[in-house]
Order: sequence, then structure tokens, then C-alpha cells
Amino acid sequence: MAVAARKSKAPAQPKAAARPAKATPASSNIATFTREEDLHAYREMLLIRRFEEKAGQMYGMGLIGGFCHLYIGQEAVVIGMQMASKDGDQVITGYRDHGHMLACGMESRGVMAELTGRRGGYSRGKGGSMHMFSREKNFYGGHGIVGAQVSLGTGLAFADWYRGDNTVSMTYFGDGAANQGQVYESFNMAKLWKLPVVFVIENNRYAMGTAVNRASAQTDFSKRGVSFGIPGEQVDGMDVRAVREAGLRAIEHARSGKGPYILEMQTYRYRGHSMSDPAKYRSKDEVQRMREEHDPIEQVRARLVRDFKIGEDDLKAIDAKVREIVNDAAEFATHDPEPDPSELFTDILLEPAQG
Amino acid sequence: MAKMTMIEAIRSAMDVSMGRDDNVVVFGEDVGFFGGVFRCTHGLQQKYGVSRCFDAPISEAGIVGTAIGMAAYGLRPCIEIQFADYMYPAYDQIVSEAARLRYRSAGDFTCPLVIRMPTGGGIFGGQTHSQSPEALFTHVSGLKTIVPSNPYDAKGLLIAAIEDPDPVIFLEPKRLYNGPFDGHHDRPVTAWSKHELSEVPEGHYTVPLGKAVTRREGGAVTILAYGTMVHVALAAAEDTGIDAEIIDLRTLVPLDLEAIVTSVSKTGRCIVLHEATLTSGFGGELAALVQEHCFYHLEAPVMRVTGWDTPYPHAQEWDYFPGPARLGQALRDIMEAR
Ligand SMILES: Cc1ncc(C[n+]2csc(CCOP(=O)(O)OP(=O)(O)O)c2C)c(N)n1
Ligand SMILES: [Mg+2]
Repeated sequence: MAVAARKSKAPAQPKAAARPAKATPASSNIATFTREEDLHAYREMLLIRRFEEKAGQMYGMGLIGGFCHLYIGQEAVVIGMQMASKDGDQVITGYRDHGHMLACGMESRGVMAELTGRRGGYSRGKGGSMHMFSREKNFYGGHGIVGAQVSLGTGLAFADWYRGDNTVSMTYFGDGAANQGQVYESFNMAKLWKLPVVFVIENNRYAMGTAVNRASAQTDFSKRGVSFGIPGEQVDGMDVRAVREAGLRAIEHARSGKGPYILEMQTYRYRGHSMSDPAKYRSKDEVQRMREEHDPIEQVRARLVRDFKIGEDDLKAIDAKVREIVNDAAEFATHDPEPDPSELFTDILLEPAQG
Repeated sequence: MAKMTMIEAIRSAMDVSMGRDDNVVVFGEDVGFFGGVFRCTHGLQQKYGVSRCFDAPISEAGIVGTAIGMAAYGLRPCIEIQFADYMYPAYDQIVSEAARLRYRSAGDFTCPLVIRMPTGGGIFGGQTHSQSPEALFTHVSGLKTIVPSNPYDAKGLLIAAIEDPDPVIFLEPKRLYNGPFDGHHDRPVTAWSKHELSEVPEGHYTVPLGKAVTRREGGAVTILAYGTMVHVALAAAEDTGIDAEIIDLRTLVPLDLEAIVTSVSKTGRCIVLHEATLTSGFGGELAALVQEHCFYHLEAPVMRVTGWDTPYPHAQEWDYFPGPARLGQALRDIMEAR
């Protein structure tokens, strides 16, 4: 029995990629940065940018295999949030995680060596680009399964509350991940138990090749917690000052016992989803416009020159320092040996299972 | 006939099925507009419209759950889980709903649903992009599980699966998408076009579920394999010169027990091969069946060659992968055992 397929009434697939709403006024009235703050943000963001460019090159040379998701374009999000956080606050994210690790203070060498699958990598080569951790730096991964980290981050916040450490869990996920059911299970629990968690939704407009409006009924992600009573706001995620400002508000809310807070960071990834992305789902123009008009690093650079009279030479010196760190990491990750064969069977359980 | 890669054959199966039956709908993450991350659904949205081939949000539990509802009301969804590794949020829907609908309603409702998932390693995917979870499905009553090893079978089996009245898990070894990979990772990649099983009819045909096929006849030892491992087995037989009979199971449930028993009774030796981890893997089931049905013919204990009982590593991928060297050693061992 064949029924006539519903040709006219589709499960509505929007025609043109709609633009996400503009940031709410909350972030248009931005506190200014001091000279030191701008210099700090510049250095930190530049490190991520250069690190990711190098990773892209090394992938092209075949030194990195498999999956590798670059954070280029989104640097202001994690740097602004780190500037708003305190020592001891936790960070957890998905697989686009290199920037978060560097922002947490993890070593470039260890991150790059994990990408190349070497023994000096943070997971001794077993995790790869998507799976790295650092107890010392309060970085809880690095998770390849989209959305899974949101519940984990909520659990971290429970432990924060339970131990009375006055720390906050910063739980990052993407616009695509925001459609996983467990995100809403976590929202409910976070609010029900008033947990100190900031949900940072990095809305970079695409989940792989799927534009936000093709996959999301509510494209204002700051409203995703409304039915649970979780406050949220949209933030210009390309402006590190706006991010820090909103981050301070959200973290203070969480730390003071009022429960979870949602920040929708409106951002953009310049590169493909991963290294094998044909990028046919968006125009070159769109990418070019974001780079030229909204680049997070250029914004700070312009301020440094204009407002703080930092000279070209000083900026060049910063760049040279950053490149030195990145080149050293690449060098290390190229020559560090592969894991010892016995590593194949370690870290599965504390005691190896009988086999 | 046309030369097709595994990707093209799978796409052709969906195309043919959609053309024949309006009830067939195809959806999943990046499946519509983008045409699938492995391009398996490329062009289907343009051809059949957005109501029949469309994108889903990243919501595996919801994708499978809604597909079960569609199937209960007469549609034939053929959905894609982008990598089998992403299936776990949907596992509850698969086990508790899809597999149980017929039983629970005493046959009043059925679930003619196909869930396609790329499986297996060999692409440096690490622990979350390389798994072979077939045993998690074969362990559940009420599901059928298929693993094709070549374009011809992939198309015929997928059409049969879409036309099947019950839920079918269709596992696509991603390392076979573009060529018949035999585990010799250090050699140049071969293309499907050079392989006879890339000759695929353009129209409708089926390969029946529950029928294995002999890929290589031999008298010394039987190798039971499916998916990528069929090619590994062929390579190992060639590398060692051991006269192995290689059975491509094609469907795990229903299983062609007769083909297995006939072959092992003849050879008296059996190696079970899969990429998935050893413990509680489907190889354990096969070994038990061989023992039950061929005990008095066996000249050596049944051996299993599989992935290790570890997560799939990022580095050391080829130490994990049960390639022709490991199988070759097992072949030599089993020929000496008695
Ligand atoms: C459970 C699960 N489903 C699907 C995938 C495949 N996948 C990896 S990334 C991705 C897109 C995620 O997009 P988003 O959350 O917006 O993050 P972005 O890549 O933009 O940073 C998809 C579908 C996965 N890794 N895990
Ligand atoms: Mg995104």
C-alpha cells in the first residue's frame, strides 16, 4: 500500500540559511579592557590561532591522522571565559577542544603530541585530538560524542556544590549538540538542584554541514533553558570583552548559589568542520566577511594600536614569542616516539581483566 | 550493470527503493542537504524532495524513536546514524521499542525500519569513531543484523532490508566504502572498480537475508568472516598459502548455520574472525555453534582472531586491527594443532 508522499508539506527545511539574531543589548554596552587585559587576550588568542594553523599544516603533511577540529575564529569565547573565571573552576567541552586546553594553561607540546599520537601527548597518544584531559589544569576533556559532556559538566557542578569548594563548572557545547536530549535532562537537574554550572553554547552557526536553522526549531539558544527557569543571554562571541563581561555575570550567578546560567556565544568557525570538509554548505563570501569584519584577534590588535599606542615592533615580538612556542610544540610532536606497544593494554581498568 | 563503489551501491539501493515505494523515507544527521558525511545519500533530496530525504538534528534517540513511530504507521524509514559509535543514545529505542514492537503487540504492529551505520576502524578514528558493535545487536531478540563486504551485496542486502517487515541493523564497514581493504595498510589503496563484485545492476534486485556465501573454496581450514575481515581472510590465505575456505556470513541474524556446518565438517578446522573486541563478541557465538554442530569433525580447537579487549586506540591502530599477519599466524597455529 503506497500512500502519496507529502510532496508539498515537508518536515520544513528552510530555504536560505537565516542569520542568528543579533546579540542582545546586554553586550553592546561593553566594559573596556585595560592595556594589560587587552595584551593578555591578544597573546592568548594568538597562541590558539597559531597553534591551530600549525596543526592544520601538520595534518596536511600527514603527521596528524584521523579527526582534527580547529577552533580558528572562536578564540574569543574561551579566552574571555577564562578571564572571567577563577582558579579551580572546571572546564569541559566536546571535540573542538585544542583552544580550551591551551586557555586552561595546558602545554602546547602535550596537546600537539597527542594530535600526532605520541607518548608525550596528554593521553599518551591513545586519545587523539578529541580526547585529552588535565587534572592539574582542571580540564575534564575532550569528548568525541556530541552532547555527552553536558551531563558530565552538570555532575562536576554537583561535586562543586557538594564539596563546598565555591568553584564553578564551565560546560561548553555547540549549537548542534544543543539538540541532544541529555542536554535538557541536564538543564532540569542543574536548575532543580541549583548547581553552579555555566552552560556555554558556542553557536558557530553550523553543525558539520547543517546550518542552525535546518536543525533547530528555536535558534535563540539563550532561550533554551526558559522552561526550566534558567536565565540566558546572547553574547557577541567575537568580542573578547563582551564574552568576559557576560562570563563574569554568569559565573557570579552560579557561584553565589543561584543555579545554572546559559550563555549563547555567537561565534563563527573559519575552517571546515574537520580536516575533510568540502565546505559546500556556505559561501566563501560569508567566511570572508566574518574574517574581515569580526575577527576576534584583529579587534584587539586594532585597540592595542589605536588606544594603547602599542607599536608594530611590540606586536611582532609577541607574534614571534607565540610562534616559538608553537614551533617547539610541533618539533616535539614530530620527534617524540610513538607509545610503547604495551600501552595498548594499559588504563582500561586498574587491574587488567583476566584474559 | 555499472561499476559502483560501496557508497554508490548503498545510495543506489536507497534510490531504487524510494523510486518503487513512496513509503520509504531517508533521514539522519547531514543526510539531506549535505548528502551524508560519507556521501551515501548524495542527490536523494534533490530527486525525491525534502519530505522524503531530510536532515535531522543531532538527536540519535529522537531520530530512532521517531522512525519507529513512522514504521508503526506504515512508513519504511531507512535512517542513518552517522557513525555506529553515536548509536548509544538510541540504544534504548532500538532494544526496548524497535525490537519489541511485534512481540509486545502480538503481531498487531511491526517495525519495518532499517538503521544504517558505518562501523569499524582503519581510518584513525580512535575510540569514538571505529567501533564494531554488532554483538550489541545480535544479542537482542527481534533485530536482524547485516554486514556486507562488497558493493554487489551491499545493494542487494540493503534493498532486502528495506523490504523486510522487521527492524534491520545495517552495518557498513567504512573502510570498505571506497575499496576492498585487506588490512595491508602499508600498500597502496585499491579501488573497487578493479574488483568483480563492484559490477552492480542499476535496477532492483535483492540478496536474501540469512544466506552466506563462500568467497574462497579450500580444504584445510574454514574461516568465518564478515565485512572488512572477508578481505583480510583472503589476503591471509594468499600470504600463507594455506588452503582456507572463506565463508562471508553477510547476515549475522538470521545466520546461515547450514553453510557453516557444511564447511567446517569438511575442513575440520575453524577460525572465527572479527574486528570487534574478543570477549562476548559475535565470534563467541559462532565458536559455540561450531562446537555444538561440528564437534565430531573438529581436529583442532576453534580459534578466534579479533580486536583486543581494549578501546580502539588512536595511535597503534594497526596493532589493534586484526590484520593478515595476525590471522596468518593463527592459520599456521591451527594447522599444527591437534
Ligand atoms: C552522538 C554524536 N552524534 C553525532 C556526532 C558527529 N558529529 C560530530 S561533530 C558534529 C556537529 C556538532 O556541531 P556543533 O555542536 O554545532 O559543534 P561545532 O562542530 O560547530 O563546534 C556531529 C554531527 C558525534 N560525534 N556524536
Ligand atoms: Mg556548531
